[in-house]
Amino acid sequence: MNMDAVFKALADPTRRQLLDRLHARNGQTLNELCEKMDMSRQAVTKHLALLEAANLIVVQWQGREKLHYINPVPIHEIAERWICKFERGRLAVLSDLKKKLEREDR
Amino acid sequence: MNSNFVYVTYIRTTPEKAWEALTKPEFTRQFWFGIAQETTWQPGAEWKLVGSEGKVYDTGEVLEREPPHRYVVKWRNEFRPELKDEGYSRCTMELVQEGELVKLTCTHTIERENSKLIGAVSGGWPAVLSSLKSLLETGKPLPRPTTC
Repeated sequence: MNMDAVFKALADPTRRQLLDRLHARNGQTLNELCEKMDMSRQAVTKHLALLEAANLIVVQWQGREKLHYINPVPIHEIAERWICKFERGRLAVLSDLKKKLEREDR
Repeated sequence: MNSNFVYVTYIRTTPEKAWEALTKPEFTRQFWFGIAQETTWQPGAEWKLVGSEGKVYDTGEVLEREPPHRYVVKWRNEFRPELKDEGYSRCTMELVQEGELVKLTCTHTIERENSKLIGAVSGGWPAVLSSLKSLLETGKPLPRPTTC
């Protein structure tokens, strides 16, 4: 999956707000998502399309209703690649430092 | 009102390979941090999610099976009383070829509001699915997500 699309989709406060709202309550319709948004329905639709293209939301039909679900898998992939990896490195450095210092004590 | 989530990942593989990874224990343990699904995969058969040390995490039954595209299992937690009390959830896995990619959709649902079981499994699935994607695309699974 294109990670550029994920970063681009996340680089907008409205789209992050939409994700926060789905995180608070998953599986909402367009009407529900438009509530309390200070913009046109058309603008919200555009933002949702970008989020969907980045695979950050998944759309499912339930009867005649189109429901939007947050999909955290691409965010997990970002965390794994850009955060956890470095965290592990830092922990390894700390443990090496501890070993070295403890050796010097002796 | 149900509690549910829908997770999707796109994997550069074939539905057959993804199906094998999900349904063959020796393959599954590689990406699912030592966990595997134990069942004959026949509809109606008993289904268990078992850790490498033999601990049974969840149990249930195979409801549907259409290799290599779809399976549905009935899924109940077995080791946390507050989750077990919620009873059975339903986990659907779907694999659809889209060009060079396989779209994997994992849906987990239970017929109750604010389910603790759904809350618990929703945290685990992204790591499992990312690890499956990594294993199928690069040959290497991801490390168990403990530091992050």
